[in-house]
Parts: sequence; C-alpha cells; structure tokens
Amino acid sequence: MFKFLLVKLAQLVPTFIGVTIVAFAFIRLLPGDPILLMAGERGISAERYAELKAQMGFDRSLVAQYFDFLKGLLHGDLGNSLVTHSPVMDEFMSRFPATLELSLFALAFAVIIGLPAGVLAAVKRGKTLDHTVMGVSLTGYSMPIFWWGLLLIMLFSSTLGWTPVSGRISFMYFIEPVTGFMTIDSLLAGDWGAFLSSLHYLILPAIVLGTIPLAVIARQTRSSMLEVLGEDYVRTARAKGLSSFRVIMVHTLRNALISVVTVIGLQVGLLLAGAILTETIFSWPGIGKWMIDAISRRDYPSVQGGLVLIAFIVMIVNLLVDIAYGVINPRIRH
Amino acid sequence: MAAISTPAAPGTFRYQLASFWSDFSASRGALVGLIFIVLILLVALFAPWVAPHDPAMQDRSALLVPPVWHAEGSWDYLLGTDAVGRDILSRLIYGARYSLSISAMVVIISMGAGIFLGLLAGYFRGWIETVITRVMDVVLAFPSLLLALGLVAILSPGLTSAMIAIAMVQLPYFVRLTRAAVIGEKNREYVIASRLSGAGHLRLMFNTLLPNCMAPLIVQATLSFSTAILDIAALGFLGMGVQPPTPEWGAMLANAREFMGSAYWAVTFPGLIILLTVLMINLMGDGLRDALDPKMKRS
Repeated sequence: MFKFLLVKLAQLVPTFIGVTIVAFAFIRLLPGDPILLMAGERGISAERYAELKAQMGFDRSLVAQYFDFLKGLLHGDLGNSLVTHSPVMDEFMSRFPATLELSLFALAFAVIIGLPAGVLAAVKRGKTLDHTVMGVSLTGYSMPIFWWGLLLIMLFSSTLGWTPVSGRISFMYFIEPVTGFMTIDSLLAGDWGAFLSSLHYLILPAIVLGTIPLAVIARQTRSSMLEVLGEDYVRTARAKGLSSFRVIMVHTLRNALISVVTVIGLQVGLLLAGAILTETIFSWPGIGKWMIDAISRRDYPSVQGGLVLIAFIVMIVNLLVDIAYGVINPRIRH
Repeated sequence: MAAISTPAAPGTFRYQLASFWSDFSASRGALVGLIFIVLILLVALFAPWVAPHDPAMQDRSALLVPPVWHAEGSWDYLLGTDAVGRDILSRLIYGARYSLSISAMVVIISMGAGIFLGLLAGYFRGWIETVITRVMDVVLAFPSLLLALGLVAILSPGLTSAMIAIAMVQLPYFVRLTRAAVIGEKNREYVIASRLSGAGHLRLMFNTLLPNCMAPLIVQATLSFSTAILDIAALGFLGMGVQPPTPEWGAMLANAREFMGSAYWAVTFPGLIILLTVLMINLMGDGLRDALDPKMKRS
C-alpha cells in the first residue's frame, strides 16, 4: 500500500510541474505587455515602467522568472489581484468554501437520487422503469446546465416564488464566517432561521450543479450493477436461498460500488467546471464566479492563481480517488 | 420490403457495413437520433430557404411577441420575437449553422491532432510517449470549461478562439484512446506481417494500424461533438464565445436572460434546441458504441 502511494505521488510530480508551467506561461502569452496592461488606460512613465519591470522581475531571464514564480507558489504567494490589490491566495481562500459547500450539496443530491435510481434500473432491467431512468439520465447528461438553471429560476423563483433567485443567505441574517460554510456557521451561531435560510438559498443551485453528476452516477451504477449481477458469486448467493433484497444490497451493490465510487470522485473536475456556470447564474459568491469576473476584468494574476489552485484541487482529489480505489479494491494495488 | 439482394460474403466491406447497420438500427433511440441529426443538418444547410425571416432583421413593431399559440401571438413569428423584434425561429435555424459547423471543426481538429499524437505515442513508445502523455495529463488537470475560458482570454473572445480552445480541451481523450488502441494492435500478426514485408513507419501507422483503431475513435467523436455543442453554447452564454449579434444559441440565451420574467420563450427555445441536439447526438453515440464496440455491447 505504501509503495502504491509513493508511485501515485511520483506520477503526480510531472503533472504538477506542467500545471505550473501552463499557469506561468499564461500571463506571458497574453497579447500585450503585462505592465502596460496593469497600468491600464492611464499609461505609465518610462522610469516607472523600468522600475516596475525590475520589481516584478520581468527584466530577468524566463527561467529565472519561472523559478521565482515557483518559489512564490510554494510559499502560498500568488501575487496580488489587479482589481482589489489584495493577495490572490486570500481572495481564493475566502471564496472557496462557498464553492465547496455548493459542490458537496450538489454531489449529495446526485448520489442520493442517482444511486438508488441506477440500482432500480439494473434490477428492473428492460422494464419501463429501466427505460425511464435511462431516458431521464441521458437527458440530464445532455443538459445545458446554464439553461436548466434559468428554467428552474423561472419556474420556482419567478412563477411560484418558492426559492430565492441569487445569493447565499437572506440579507436579514448576518453570520460571522468561521468555517465559511454558511450552513455550518449558522448552526454554530445557533441561529435556526439563518440555517433554514441558507438551505433555502442552496437548494436550487445544488440541484442545477448536481444534475449532470446525477446522470453519470445513475448510468454508472446501473452498468456496474448489471456486470456484478452476472457474476458467479451472485448466483451462489441466490442459490443459497438468500432473499433477493439481501442479494442485491449486500452481494451486488457492495461490489458494484467500487467503480461507482471512482466515478463519483471523478465528478470533482466536472463539478468545478459546472460551478463556473451555476455560480454565474445564481450569483453564488464562489470561485467560479470569481474566475469569470477576473477574466472579464482582465485581472490576470487572479486568473493565473485560480488556474493553478483549481488544477491542484482536481489533481489532489483524483489522487485521493486513486487511493480510495486501491483501498476498497485490493486487486488494483499490484 | 424491397427484394433482398444476395447477402454479402463475410469479411467484405459490404458485409461489415451491413452487420454494422443491423446492430445500429436495432436500437430505436439511435435511429431517432440519426434522423434528427440529418434533419437539423439539412435545416442548417438550407437555412436561407427554410428560415421565415432574416435572422438579423429587427421588426420594431413586434418586440417580444409571444409564440403563435398565445392569444397575442402571430403567425409571422411562430416562436415569438426577442427584445429587438428579431424572429426567434429564424435565429435558431441560422444558429444551427454556427453550433454545428463550429462543433464539427472542433471534432476535426481535436480528432486529427489527437490521432496523430496518439499514433506517435503508441507506435514509438519511449520518451515520445512519456512527453505526450504527460502533456495530456496536464491538460486534463484543468476543468475543461475553465481551461477553455483561460485560452479564450489569451486569444481574445470570438468564434475562432472558442473553437481552438474547445478543440484543445477535447484533445487528450483522442490521444489516450488512439494510444491505447495502437498499443493493443501493434503486436498483432497482420501488423508484423506488414512490417516484415517492408512497410515503413508512416505506412504502418496510418495504413495498417489506424483503420483498425477507428471504432472507439468514432464513438468518441460523437461524444466530443455533443460536448463541443454544449461548451460552445456555454462560452457564448458567458460572453466569451461567439459574439452578439451572431445568432449563436448560447449567446441568444445570454441576451434573453434579462427578459426571463416577461418573455419565457426567448429563454426556453434556444436552450431546448441545445438540449435536443445534444441528446440526439448522445442517443446516436450510444447506438454507435453498441454497434462498433463488441466489448461494450448490450450492457
């Protein structure tokens, strides 16, 4: 197991370096001179230009600049935002919990509905229920989620008035951020009203973001259930006279879950991509919306920092998924 | 039924085609998908003749007219008009041209480059393979839409940059599939026979190996095509893709967003056509996979 871990970590190193090179190249590939870009419309004097150039290290060789960037990165220094002038790292960290909270709720929604739906479809293979589940999940899989979000807002927020349109919590409540999770913070503050309000604001964005993962999980659950249902040990379990509920829940589902867990883990990249759209639609103050704002405001250090940090998160989660896969499926380790 | 011609002999191309078609058409969903795609392709191709109006024409006397089934609707504008009086149906029809042609270009670019890189990696192995797979791992480390957005920011928003960005994001899947297929086929007897009879690297790669690696690539191409339609629309929606007033489906949605409360049709139809197109391509893709990939068959 330890060796397996080391191999996986070693494989990550080149990708890590590659990601940093991409992020480093990002600012240098932008059309135009970065200092002139940062100076904006006002322009800049020649002395100030030279001063800034030396200060930012742009007068040194690209290799030296790259190592400076890497050094800063390892110290958690990603430069300052051009808009707010505060460190990119702080900006990212203050918004990340909002995205994480949204993604976790979306994933929970996807698993709670997708897993049983996939199991049912597999058990009722070829029946109407199977076709319905598969049809719905193929539709979910094909969904343009930015439109799905707008539709749900039109129905539930504008027409029925059940859910709020945007934000994380009603303006009536102010909750001191401790964890950055609105639901947990409001519970910590002991404010039930605020907790319910935060859930109220979460539900629609979580459904929108969870739709594609739900479809993927339902499809994967169904196909791995069908695979396991054909195994000899399932037939043995049936032959032993076990109830079909027990056969399905214990003997089949547990083994089918191995590949489902991997697929769930691999949804993280998808969730972060989906978060960009979902957060834009619902004005959710997370990193997706922050990245879009940074791109449209040409706040390049923020875009660069966001790219690196998000890629790291995806890489680390994929590593954890690999490890979890090794733990639950010992056949893989060798 | 038409008279049945003599069945083709096994092993010939005609036989393979016939057996592919019987597998493919066994799935009703795949057939429905195929018919829809052909229809929408025809509509896109003949847009100037099919569309009732000029997609850019602004009828100032008909702003936000609802669809025809409403009391205030008009037969002039079947699906209603947008905020500046443009016919939504015509814009959707012209929009099909953009969505389909950009997505087709995306697939051609990423499939072409992906096959080339994948062949190199699988055929030569060694350091070439290491470099190519590592670079693809880096591309995969970024969420696709985010990387596309970053690339668009570098290239400046627009049709061509959106196309390049999305092709880049799709590239790793083609590279991985080609590489895996080439490695699987490389040591088969027909390849060795071809090599022994003096075939050069290029001939082995493109004439001998590639045709036998195509099945998973064709399935991936349909998947990429539907993903590309979604991504193009997402970029357009975020204002980073095709720029208004071009009638691109995602950009239409973004424009209609502020009239969400008063004119549901301006939001509903562009999204519905995106969903339908993507769904039909995916249905067809499922059928293709069942017909082309025996390992995945009827699971």
